[in-house]
Amino acid sequence: MAVNAPAASPAARTPPQNVKRIRRHQWASLLWVAIRTPRGAIGLGLASFVVLVAVIGPFVAPQSPYALVTLAFGKPNGQFLLGGDFLGRDVLSRVLNGGWLLLIMAACATALGIVGGAAAGVSAAYLRGRSDGIIMRTVDVILAFPQLVFALLLLSLLGPRLWLITIAVGVSHAPQVARVIRSATLDITERDFVKAAELQGMRPAKVMAKEILPNLVSPLMVEAGLRLTYSIVIISGLAFLGFGQEPPAANWGLMINENRIGLSLNPWSVIVPAALIALLTIGTNTFTDAFARVTIGVDRRPEEAALIDDLGGEVSE
Amino acid sequence: MSHRAAPPIQTTPAQRGIRLKVADLEVRLGRSGPDVVSEISFAVQAGEVLGLVGESGSGKSTVALALLGHARRGLRITAGQVLLDGQNLLALPPGDLRAVRGARVSYVPQDPSSALNPTLRVGTQLREALRVHAGVIDNPADRVAQVMQEAYLDATPEMLRRYPHQLSGGQQQRITLAMAFACRPSLIVLDEPTTGLDVSTQRHVLDTVRSMCRSYGVAAVYVSHDLAVVSGLVSDVAVMYAGRIVEIGPTARLFREPVHPYTRGLIEAVPSPERAEALTGIDGQQPRPGRRGAGCSFAPRCGHAIGDCTTEDPEPVVIAGRSVRCLRVWDIQATRPERAAAVACPPATTEAPTLSVRGICASYGSTPVLFDVGLEVPPRACVAVVGESGSGKTTLARCVAGLHSNWTGEITFQGAPLARGARQRGKDVLQRVQYIFQNPYTSLNPRKTVGQIVAQQLEQFVDLPFRERSARVVQVLEDVSLGGDFLSRYPDQLSGGERQRVAIARALVVQPDLLICDEVTSSLDVSVQAIIVELLRRIQQERQLAMIFITHNLALVRSIAQSAVVLCEGAVAESGSVEQVLERPVNPYTIRLMEDVPKLVGLERPGTSGSAASGRRVDP
Repeated sequence: MAVNAPAASPAARTPPQNVKRIRRHQWASLLWVAIRTPRGAIGLGLASFVVLVAVIGPFVAPQSPYALVTLAFGKPNGQFLLGGDFLGRDVLSRVLNGGWLLLIMAACATALGIVGGAAAGVSAAYLRGRSDGIIMRTVDVILAFPQLVFALLLLSLLGPRLWLITIAVGVSHAPQVARVIRSATLDITERDFVKAAELQGMRPAKVMAKEILPNLVSPLMVEAGLRLTYSIVIISGLAFLGFGQEPPAANWGLMINENRIGLSLNPWSVIVPAALIALLTIGTNTFTDAFARVTIGVDRRPEEAALIDDLGGEVSE
Repeated sequence: MSHRAAPPIQTTPAQRGIRLKVADLEVRLGRSGPDVVSEISFAVQAGEVLGLVGESGSGKSTVALALLGHARRGLRITAGQVLLDGQNLLALPPGDLRAVRGARVSYVPQDPSSALNPTLRVGTQLREALRVHAGVIDNPADRVAQVMQEAYLDATPEMLRRYPHQLSGGQQQRITLAMAFACRPSLIVLDEPTTGLDVSTQRHVLDTVRSMCRSYGVAAVYVSHDLAVVSGLVSDVAVMYAGRIVEIGPTARLFREPVHPYTRGLIEAVPSPERAEALTGIDGQQPRPGRRGAGCSFAPRCGHAIGDCTTEDPEPVVIAGRSVRCLRVWDIQATRPERAAAVACPPATTEAPTLSVRGICASYGSTPVLFDVGLEVPPRACVAVVGESGSGKTTLARCVAGLHSNWTGEITFQGAPLARGARQRGKDVLQRVQYIFQNPYTSLNPRKTVGQIVAQQLEQFVDLPFRERSARVVQVLEDVSLGGDFLSRYPDQLSGGERQRVAIARALVVQPDLLICDEVTSSLDVSVQAIIVELLRRIQQERQLAMIFITHNLALVRSIAQSAVVLCEGAVAESGSVEQVLERPVNPYTIRLMEDVPKLVGLERPGTSGSAASGRRVDP
C-alpha cells in the first residue's frame, strides 16, 4: 500500500520500503536470512551440535579421560556407553574432552589466515605494480606446497608445539585467502568511490581500511567459513600423524589414530571422533554455502541489483 | 489510410497491411504477483516502425521480449495476444515458437559486443542464423552476401572471417542487424540498439534500420529511451509509464502537440541543440511494480492531478488522432505546453582564467590519447568539453583532477601550476578542484550512509567541531534538494538522480572553486537529467563556480555552458563560445557532429516523418 506521497519536495517522499530487500550493511540480518534457508539451518545445526559437544563436554564427562576404567576395546555397555579405547579408557569421556582444543586451534588458525591473507590480497590489488608482484609471487611459492605438507615442513623444522601448529596452519591458509580477496578487491578498486577517496588526499592504508575493506565483508565471511573447515581437517590430520597434543591427551584426531587397530573390536572408538569431525566440517561448509548464496544476491553489481529491484525481484535464487 | 492509434483496436479487413497486433498484453511477476506491464495494445503495419519509449523501469523491454513470447526470469506472460500476420505467438507450443523466433520474428539486443559470440567469426554467426532455420531461405550463401549489403557492410570474405572484436561498435551492431534480417522476418524487435553508439554511428545504424524495414515490408518495434532518436525514425510512438501505454499516436502529431502530462514532461526535458533554454525535469520517481497503488500511476508527479486521479484508473481516450490514458485529457489538451524559459548568458569576463590548460599530451601506457590540448576556464564560467567516445574528453578531465598522471604540458590553476597526480597535490588544491564522476552507481561507497559520505569529505579538508560539521552537511544536502532525512540512508536506497545529487553535495560541501562534471547525466533518465543539469546550473551561478562540463550530448551544452571545446580523437577540433561552435561550426568534424545529433522531429520539422509513414510499400 505504499502509494507515493505527492512529490512536492523530494525530501517529503516516503523512503522505499521493501520487506524482502536485504540491506547491504546489516550483516546480522544477512546471517539471519542465511540461517532461515534450509541449507543454512542444517549447516548451522550440525556445526553447533559439535561445538556444543566440545564446549560442554569436559563438564559433563562421566569419567576422567585418562583413567583406565574398562577393558581395552571393551564393547559398549550400560556404564561405558561407547565402550573402551586401546588402553581401556572411557571413549565417551575422551570424546567429550577431546574437542575444545581442536576448535580453539582451528579458530585461531583461521583468524590468522584470514587476517594475513586479506591484508596481502587487498594491498596487492590496491597498490598494484611492484607490491603486487612481490606479494603474489610469494603467495605462489607457498601455494606450490600442499597445505598439509607445508605445515609438516614447518613443524619438522621447528618442532611440534601447539602454537606453532596453529601458526603453521594459519600461514598455509593465507595464500589461498590472498588469491580470493585480491580478485574481489580488483573489482572494487575500479569503482569510482575509491578514486573519490584518493581525491580527498586519503592515505593508501586508510583507503584500504575505510573504503575497500567494508565492501569485502561478504567474501571474507564466506572465506572464513571455508578456511575453518580446512583448519579442522588439517589440525586433526596433524594430530592423527602425531603432531599436536602428545598422548595421553584426549584429541579426536589422535583418538582415530590410536584406536584404528581395534576397529573391529570397538568401532565406536574411531567412528565417533571421526563422525564429529565430519559433522563439523560438513556443517560449517553447508552454512558457508548458504551464506554465499544469500550474499551473491546482495553483492550483484549495483546496476543489476537496481534492475532486479525495478522488477520487484527478491534475492533468492 | 489513416493511422490507427487507439489501444482498443478495431481491425477491419481492409487493413491488410497490419503485420503485428498486440492486444491486452500483460506480464506479471510470477503467476499471480503484481503486474509489470498490463493492458498493452498496439498494431504495426508492414514496413513501419513503432517506437516504444519510456524511462528505465517503465516496462518497455519487458514488452519487447514478450513480443517474442519470452519473459525474463521471474516474469510470466499472463494474458493477451501477440498476433503476427494473424497467428497468436503466445499460444504456440514451445517447439513452434522456437521455429518462429529468428525466422519470422527477430530481436536486436542493446549491446552488440555482448550479443555476438567473441569466439566465432562473424560469417559463421551469420550463416548459423540461416542454418538454424533451414529451408526458410532458398540459397543461404547468397543471402549472407545480400543481407550484408543491405546492412551497408562489405560482403567481402575478409569481413566475414573477422571476429567481433575486430569490428567497430557500429559494424558489430550492423552485423546483429544483418543476423536479424537474414531470414526475412515479418517482425523485428529492436531493444535500444543504438544506446552506447556515437551519434554518427547511431545515425548510420538508424538509416540502415529504416531502409531495411521499408524495402522488405518488415514491421519493427523500436524500444528506446531517447525521444530524439525515435522521433526521426518511427511512424508511430507509444509512450510507456509504469507498465502502461499512456499515449500512443503518430509521431509527428504526438511530438508536436503532446497531450499526456508525462509525454509533455518528457519532451520538455529533452535538451535542444538549437535553443538555449532551461530544462524542466519531472520530479519524483516512477513507482515500481506492486507499488503502483490505485488511480493513475503518474498522479503523484503530475502538475495537473486532481483528487479523482489518485482513485480512478484512467481508461484510454481517443483524442486528436492519438489515444491517451488521462482523466483530465480534455482540460489538458486545451492548455498549451509551456515553452521553456531561455537561459541568460552571463557576460564574458576579461579576468585571468581560473584554470588554463596548455599543450596537454596524455597517454595510457604507450598509447597516446591527447595531443596538444588547450583549454581555458574563466572564473564563474562553464566550459563544455564535447566529443564522441574515445575522443579523450574524460582523460582530459582526469588529468585536470589528478586522477590520471601520465601527461605532459602545463595546467595552471589560479595562477599556480598543478602537480601531475592527486598524491603530489596539496590538500588545498584538492579541496578547490572537485570532480563529479560519471556513474553515481559506483561513485558512492555502498557501505556508507549519505551523511558519512558527505561528512568524510569535510573531515578530510576542514577541521570543524562536530556540531558545525553536521550543520554544513545538512545545509549542502538541502542545497541539492535532498533533505536532512537522507543523512542515514544508504546509496542503494536512492534512485540514480538522488545518488548523483549526493555526489554533487559531496563536491560542494568543501566549497570548491572549480567543479569538473564528467558526463554526470549520461547514466540518468532524461527527466532526471534535466533536473540535475538545472541544479548544476543554479549552483554554478549562485556559488560563482568555474565549471568544466564534459558531455557527449551536444544538445546539453546549450543549456549549461557559455563556451565549448570540441574534441576529436584526442585533439581540439574547435573551440569558442557556445553560439559560435553550435551555430556556425567551421571544422568539418563539428559540422558533421551537429548534423548527426538526433533532433526531436515533431517539433522542428513536422511533416518529414508523416511522409515517411505514408510511403509504405511492400516489396515483393
